Amino acid sequence: MLRGKTALITGASRGIGLAIADTFARHGCRVVLCARDASSLECTAAQITQDYGVEAIALPLDVADAQAVKGAYQSLFKTVKTLDILVNNAGILDDALLGMVSQAQIERTFGINTFAPLYMAQYGARLMHKNGGGSIINISSIIATHGNAGQAVYGGSKAALLGITLSLAKELAAQHIRVNAIAPGFIDTDMTRSLSAQKFEERLRSIAMGRIGTPQDIANTALYLASDLSAYVTGQVIGVDGGMLI
Amino acid sequence: MTPTEKIRTIFAQSLGIDPSRVHDDLRYNTIDEWDSVAHMSLIAALEEGFDIMLDTDEIINMSSLKAAYEILRAHGVAC
Repeated sequence: MLRGKTALITGASRGIGLAIADTFARHGCRVVLCARDASSLECTAAQITQDYGVEAIALPLDVADAQAVKGAYQSLFKTVKTLDILVNNAGILDDALLGMVSQAQIERTFGINTFAPLYMAQYGARLMHKNGGGSIINISSIIATHGNAGQAVYGGSKAALLGITLSLAKELAAQHIRVNAIAPGFIDTDMTRSLSAQKFEERLRSIAMGRIGTPQDIANTALYLASDLSAYVTGQVIGVDGGMLI
Repeated sequence: MTPTEKIRTIFAQSLGIDPSRVHDDLRYNTIDEWDSVAHMSLIAALEEGFDIMLDTDEIINMSSLKAAYEILRAHGVAC
């Protein structure tokens, strides 16, 4: 479904990002993997190439560093020269009740969850424009659309990402660049595994389908948004949450 | 075609104006044709034409043909 295409995925060394990279590669896509941990990325890239015979490029990157984002794209411009799909997946979850939210936490959370996808899209869209179009997929959260106690900063950062998604969808449509978001619910990742057993059970009980989501559930939706199956879909937020109620 | 001529041609084509209207004092937003949408097309054409990638500050600062010459020189274009 993605043969001949090139995708850049942030936060690609584990969890949802890794599942998306793996899924895209399985469908013939060349993948550029971004994350901070260079050695882990190299291993992942080698494994993907071995498993699927597609090119996988490790591009170590701290997405919160705007200068580093610029440098990464300059490197891509010289080497890969093309981009069809951008998945803004890298994110952090740092819960705190309002009275305990620090300025540093706000800046760090918004830096990674909100500003970084904007910088990534800014450069990514220009590479896509040269190709005649592309697809940008922003990984938001059910917390952005429903809210949750203790997650004002996280929810705010992910809700802002939805605003960015909707505006970019309108701005970039004329360039045949589609921009959509996925709002995952409770997904089995390192982030959710850090919850206490009691909170974990509580969350699980709120899911109508009775199970926690998997990174593959998100990757399958990302595959749809990346492929021509969604050629006429832009400015949409797709909840992938098993009917979770918050 | 010299690099300078190439830049002027790209300006004329990207802005959709007659080449005679491309002069050194041409400035962003002083003619209807050079608006923000046309500006991004112009940037894409310059990047394509000279195989370079401009950063965001350069895009914002490219407010005239003269400024374009200066920015492109910094990327090794002999204009």
